[in-house]
Amino acid sequence: MLYNIFIDPFVQMVQMPDLLVQTLWEGLVSGVLYALIALGFVLIFKASGVFNFAQGIMVVFSALTLVGFYEKFSAAGFSGHTAAFVALILTAGVMFVLAMLVERVVLRPLVNQPDIILFMATFGVTYVLIGFGEMVFGGDPKQMIASELFLPSGSVDVEMLGGLVSFQKIDIAAAVIASVMIVGLALFFQKTRIGRALRAVADSHKAALSVGISLNQIWVIVWFAAGLVALVTGIMWGARSDVSFALEIVALKALPVLVLGGLTSVPGAIVGGLIIGIGEKLGEFYWGPLLGGGIESWFAYAIALLFLLYRPQGLFGDKIIERI
Amino acid sequence: MFYRETGQFKQSYAADQAVFPILQDRFGLAFILLIAFVAVPLFGNEFLLASVMVPFLILSLGAIGLNILVGYTGLLSLGSAAFMGVGAYSAYKLSTIFPGVNILVWILCSGFFAAGIGVLFGLPSLRIKGFYLAVATLAAQFFLQWCFVRISWLYNDNPSGAIEVPARKLFGLAITGPSATPVTRYLVVLVIVVVMTLLASNIVHGRIGRTWMAVRDMDIAAQLMGIRLLPAKLLAFAVSSFYCGVSGALMVFLWLGAAEPSAFDIKLSFLLLFMVIIGGLGSMIGSFFGAALIHILPIVIRMLPEALGLPIAAATVEHLTYLIVGALIIFFLIVEPHGLARLWQIAKQKLRVWPFPY
Repeated sequence: MLYNIFIDPFVQMVQMPDLLVQTLWEGLVSGVLYALIALGFVLIFKASGVFNFAQGIMVVFSALTLVGFYEKFSAAGFSGHTAAFVALILTAGVMFVLAMLVERVVLRPLVNQPDIILFMATFGVTYVLIGFGEMVFGGDPKQMIASELFLPSGSVDVEMLGGLVSFQKIDIAAAVIASVMIVGLALFFQKTRIGRALRAVADSHKAALSVGISLNQIWVIVWFAAGLVALVTGIMWGARSDVSFALEIVALKALPVLVLGGLTSVPGAIVGGLIIGIGEKLGEFYWGPLLGGGIESWFAYAIALLFLLYRPQGLFGDKIIERI
Repeated sequence: MFYRETGQFKQSYAADQAVFPILQDRFGLAFILLIAFVAVPLFGNEFLLASVMVPFLILSLGAIGLNILVGYTGLLSLGSAAFMGVGAYSAYKLSTIFPGVNILVWILCSGFFAAGIGVLFGLPSLRIKGFYLAVATLAAQFFLQWCFVRISWLYNDNPSGAIEVPARKLFGLAITGPSATPVTRYLVVLVIVVVMTLLASNIVHGRIGRTWMAVRDMDIAAQLMGIRLLPAKLLAFAVSSFYCGVSGALMVFLWLGAAEPSAFDIKLSFLLLFMVIIGGLGSMIGSFFGAALIHILPIVIRMLPEALGLPIAAATVEHLTYLIVGALIIFFLIVEPHGLARLWQIAKQKLRVWPFPY
C-alpha cells in the first residue's frame, strides 16, 4: 500500500517520461484556464472588495451571447469572419452594459455593507444571469465559433523522450492569448491613468475618494474588465468543449486557485492556477486509480487547503495583520 | 400599545433570564404552536403538508444549524449540504444494521456522526478565516460527496447508488417508508424541529452562545478575554453539524424517501446560506423566515401562471423562477441587509409605540 502511494507513481513517471510530459501539459492548459477565471475574481476583489461569485456565470453568459449574436448575423447573410467579429464587439458591449447595471443596481445601494452581504448579492446576480441566459439562449450546449475567430484546431504531435506527445493547437493558442492578456493587464495597471486609479481604490476606498477618484466609475471599469476576461475565458473554454451551463461548476474550481494565490494578487492567480491545474492532473493520473478515480472533483480543494494551513493568506496575498 | 411590557415585573432570576420574557411573546408562541400542531394537520391538504410544510421545517432546521456557524460564530461555511449528507447516510447505515431500534433514535444519533465529521473539517478554522475558510469548507463538500458516490459500503452496495428508506413504525404507526401518511410525517418532523429549536435557542442565549458571539465580533479580543478559541470554534462546528446532520437524516427519511448523492450537492449548501442571510444572520426566527422565503417562494412562482391562466411553458417558468428569485435576493439585501429578522424587530417596535411615531 505504502509502495503504491509513495514509490510506484514516481517509478511510472521516470519510466514513461512522454506520458509525464503529456500530463504536465494538460495540467498546464487547464491551469491557464483556471487562472483566467481566477483573474476575473481578483480584478473585482481588488477594486471593490466584492467576492464576485458571478464570475463563473459571466464566463458562460458572455460565451452564449457571442454564439447567439453570431447565429443572428450569419443568418442575416454576413460571411463567417465578419459575423464573428461583429458579434465579438457587440458581446463586449453587452458586458459593458452588464457592468453598468451591476454597479447601478447592486453595488451602489449596497456600498459599505459587510463583505458577506455583497457576496450574497453576487449570488443574486448569478441567479438572474442563469435565468436570463437560459430563457434567451436555451439550455442546450452550443458549439463555440472557434474557426471563425481564426483560432486553430487540430493537434501537433511532437516526438520526444521516446514517445509521441500531442499538443492541441487550441491549447497552445489559449496559453499564448492568456499570457498576452496577463501582460496587457499588468501594463494597464502599471502604466495608465485608470490603472493607477484602480490601484489607488484597491489600497483604500476612502483615500481614493478624497483625491477625487470616482468609485462608481472605477467599479464600472473593473466589472467591464472582468467581463472581458470572462469573454476570453469563455471563448477559450468553449473552443475546447461546448458552451453550456455546465461550465458554471468548472468555475467553482477557480475558488481554490484564488485562495491558493491570495485573493488580492494577480500573479497569485496565475501561479495558483498553474499549481492547481498541474497538481490536479498529476493527482488524477498517478494517484487517482488508487482511490477509485474521480478525485479531480475535490483534489484541487485539498491542495489549496494544505497550502492555506501553511500560509493562511495564500501564497501572494496581503499579510493579514490583526489589531484590537 | 399592542406590544407593551409595561407592568410585567420580574420577581425571580429565572423569570428574568427566560428566553421569552414578555407575556405577548409567550402568547404568540403558544398561538403559533397551536396552529402548527392542530390547525395545519386538521385543515391542510396532502400537498401543503408533504411538499410545503415538511420541507420547510426540515430546511429550517438545517438553516438553524448553519446559522449557528455563520451567524453566531462568524465562520463562513459552504459545506453544510455535505454534513446533511453525513447525517442521512449514517442514519441509513445505522437503521439497516440495527433494524430493531427505534428509527427516531437513529435519526438523532446520526447528528453525532455529522458532528464528528464537522469537527474534523472545522480544525483548519483556527488558522484560516473569512472567504479563505469558505473555500476550505468546499473541500469538505466535494470530498464527502465523492465519498457518497465511491464508497459503496455507505449505500449497502445498492446497484442504483441511492439510499432507500426502510419502512419503520412508531407506536404501530408507520412514520417512514411509502405507507407513512403526510400527517404523521409532518407531526414527527414538527416535534423534532420544535424541540431542537428550543434547545438551540437556549444554547445561543447562554454562556456558550455568548462565547460564540464574542468570537464572531472579534476573535483576538475574545481570546484576550480568556475565551479559548479552538474549543469555542470546534464546538460551533460540532453543534452546527449536529443540526445539519439531523436535518439531512430527516430530509431523506421523512421527506424524500430515497436520496442519491446529488441530493447533497453544493446547490443545497448555497440554498441554506441564502436562507441564513436573507432570514437574518444570528437569529433563530430568521432561519425560519429565510427557509420559508427560499423554499415557498419558488413554489408560489411556479403555481402563479397556472392560477392566473397565463399560457407559459414549464421551462420558461423555471427560468423565470431563477430570474425572480435572484432579483428578490438582491432586492431584500438592499432593503434590509440584516435580513427579514430585522424587519420583524422593526415591526415589533412599531407595534410597541403605536400610535406614536417613537
